[in-house]
Amino acid sequence: MTDVGSAEMKIAGMTGCAIGVVLVVLAVAAALPFVLSNYQVGLATEMLIFGMLAMSIDILAGFAGRTSLGHGAIFGVSGYVVVYASAQAGLPPAVAFVLGMIAATFVAIIFALLAVRTSGVYFLLLTLALGMIVWGICLRWTQVTGGENGMRGDVRPAFLVTHRAFYWAVLVATTFVSYAMWRFVRSPFGLTLLGIRDSESRMKSLGYNVPLHLFLGFAVSGFFAGIAGALYAMFNNFVSPSTVALAQSVEGVLMMIAGGVGTLFGGFVGAAAIITLENVVSAYTERWQTVLGLTFIVIMIFAPEGIIGTLRVILTRGQGDKEHSKNK
Amino acid sequence: MDRRQFLKNSTAAIAAAGTGAMPWRARAQAAPIKVGLLAPLTGVVASGGKEMVEGVQFYLESVNYQIAGRKVELAIEDDASNPDTALQKARRLVEQGNCHLLIGDLLANTGLAVANYVKGTGTPYFIPIIAADDLTQRQRIKNVIRVAGYSASAFTHPFGDWCLKQGYKKIATISQDYTFGHEQCGGLAQVFTEGGGEIVQQFWHPLNTADFSPYLGQLADLKVDAIFAMETGADATRLIQQYASFGLKGKIPLLGAMNATDQSVIRTLGEECDGVIAAAHFAEGSDNPVTAKFTKDYEAKYGKIPSLYGFSMYSGIMWVAEALEKIGGKAEDRDAFIDAVLKTELTGSPLGKTVKLDAYGNPIYDVQIRKVVKRADGKYWNVPVTSYPGVSQFWKYDPETYMKQPPYSRTFQGIKKA
Repeated sequence: MTDVGSAEMKIAGMTGCAIGVVLVVLAVAAALPFVLSNYQVGLATEMLIFGMLAMSIDILAGFAGRTSLGHGAIFGVSGYVVVYASAQAGLPPAVAFVLGMIAATFVAIIFALLAVRTSGVYFLLLTLALGMIVWGICLRWTQVTGGENGMRGDVRPAFLVTHRAFYWAVLVATTFVSYAMWRFVRSPFGLTLLGIRDSESRMKSLGYNVPLHLFLGFAVSGFFAGIAGALYAMFNNFVSPSTVALAQSVEGVLMMIAGGVGTLFGGFVGAAAIITLENVVSAYTERWQTVLGLTFIVIMIFAPEGIIGTLRVILTRGQGDKEHSKNK
Repeated sequence: MDRRQFLKNSTAAIAAAGTGAMPWRARAQAAPIKVGLLAPLTGVVASGGKEMVEGVQFYLESVNYQIAGRKVELAIEDDASNPDTALQKARRLVEQGNCHLLIGDLLANTGLAVANYVKGTGTPYFIPIIAADDLTQRQRIKNVIRVAGYSASAFTHPFGDWCLKQGYKKIATISQDYTFGHEQCGGLAQVFTEGGGEIVQQFWHPLNTADFSPYLGQLADLKVDAIFAMETGADATRLIQQYASFGLKGKIPLLGAMNATDQSVIRTLGEECDGVIAAAHFAEGSDNPVTAKFTKDYEAKYGKIPSLYGFSMYSGIMWVAEALEKIGGKAEDRDAFIDAVLKTELTGSPLGKTVKLDAYGNPIYDVQIRKVVKRADGKYWNVPVTSYPGVSQFWKYDPETYMKQPPYSRTFQGIKKA
């Protein structure tokens, strides 16, 4: 895991450089629809959305040291509310979107109230169980959720119907959300989460209200997952229990791990890697899930810090040498 | 829209080169018809998915992958029994593979997800397996057509009538707790209770129930004339086995939904499945010469008696092919294509009888009440006992009135209060 505390000084010194990188990445991302086919633009949209989900999980896992297996449920609840509000209740998309975010945050708050008392594997299991409850409700409350069949409807507003327009909209949303998350984990509050991750007892003895901080961290993380979920519902115009299922949470966690725990932006890299693999490999073999599994094993063995994490280690090693020699 | 055209062409080229399925063909020849097949090759219903692929391939091989003088290119994608994946794969087939039509999917949720997607793109999508009632009733989509398929409650309506004719007064149902189950039970319950019968109790159990003893214990005490079981896959296998080991077999007649005694289930069973009655359009043990030939050929090729999945996909792709023959293979002209499919009367169906669609895009079949019996070689198969000719998905109700009632669900089973 990266040490944000010390990285921050470096960031302060490299602001110009960082902004440059961000602008280049954004420009490239914004230009993608001109070179990609419609289908690939769809995949890119999905990568952004799942990148957001992975990042929201990373807020808890990478910075507060609590890996949640319930974020798929939070993500999915937002999707359910968006589809329900727009397709069944006939509300305008913007209102549905906001309701989705509120619902996700609300679910996250309930999860948080129960889960912040625990840590480690207990946190994992508790969030897993809570996620399963949400899944069960979505599956069985047929009158409202459509049960196994899920719910359908035209959720996207008219001006976002094309793949490109929607991609750009998601890109804009992603940019703001990512920036917000980045500021969040670097804020004094975010640093207290790091402190809790590293030593809960010390934070307690320093007078911090650890459960409250975790609670807020969880709620904020759920809020971001909710934005991703609402966008995903708009992307698919469809939601079903598989969107809130454990597999969804696990996929989010795997994306985060593949990208690098505690790297935040690794979420995008992980999402991109996994979605690409899923779609490229499946064209060649129906055993694509096996290939995916093997890839994870390889990542865990050779790059346990994840893709971004490993790159960062390599880069900082190089830069560290340079700075080291400069200081001399 | 030069850029768009360029993108389309380059995507097609990339897709063709990328999949490597076909070498680049001479320009003079008509471009192939691209068929996108979605089937669950992994996940909970993977075995059914494999038979779906077999069914399509079996037909296409029989016509040498040629329809109306055009080569057929079959792109198979795994929907992983998951609606999100199905949606993604459908996008891939339509947007990257430039498929002229989509066919397939097994689970209703995957089919509904894809149906919602093609509603936007206008791609013709054929669903020989997806049985969700509303796709050809209350929420019809023009380019989603149930060729060679059936709506869930279509066969249980006449089945309810048959039960009345047997003199059954009281029936209990046990069913998997999801829409497909609700709809099948609803069909039976409505017709049976409207005819004076009584549904004593309905049990809904989650999918993948390992132990049916709590249900069977209660069912045994209900003193009913028959028990209707709406089960698919492994649940059907377990229920039929446990029904026998509870000693209920032979005491209370067991009626099944068509999936409960489908070959995919009874293939693995022994005499415990003997005598179970179910209603369906297809009975592999029929003595109709066309059906018998289909069953024999399929068995010779794949080493197993065809199931509902193989049969439906075989007939489905045949239907599409017959329609394409009529319009000279112009799969690009979607409106004409969809129109042709809707008007086509399937002549080559393994059912040995011409099948046509009703005004809502759902086929009208002779519904067979079939019984599981032992074949000479010891394998079990379904043999027709009696038949209801020309059954509509609306049974004897007026379509408009019928569609005003809510769709069957756990809370609405169409049960007439005595």
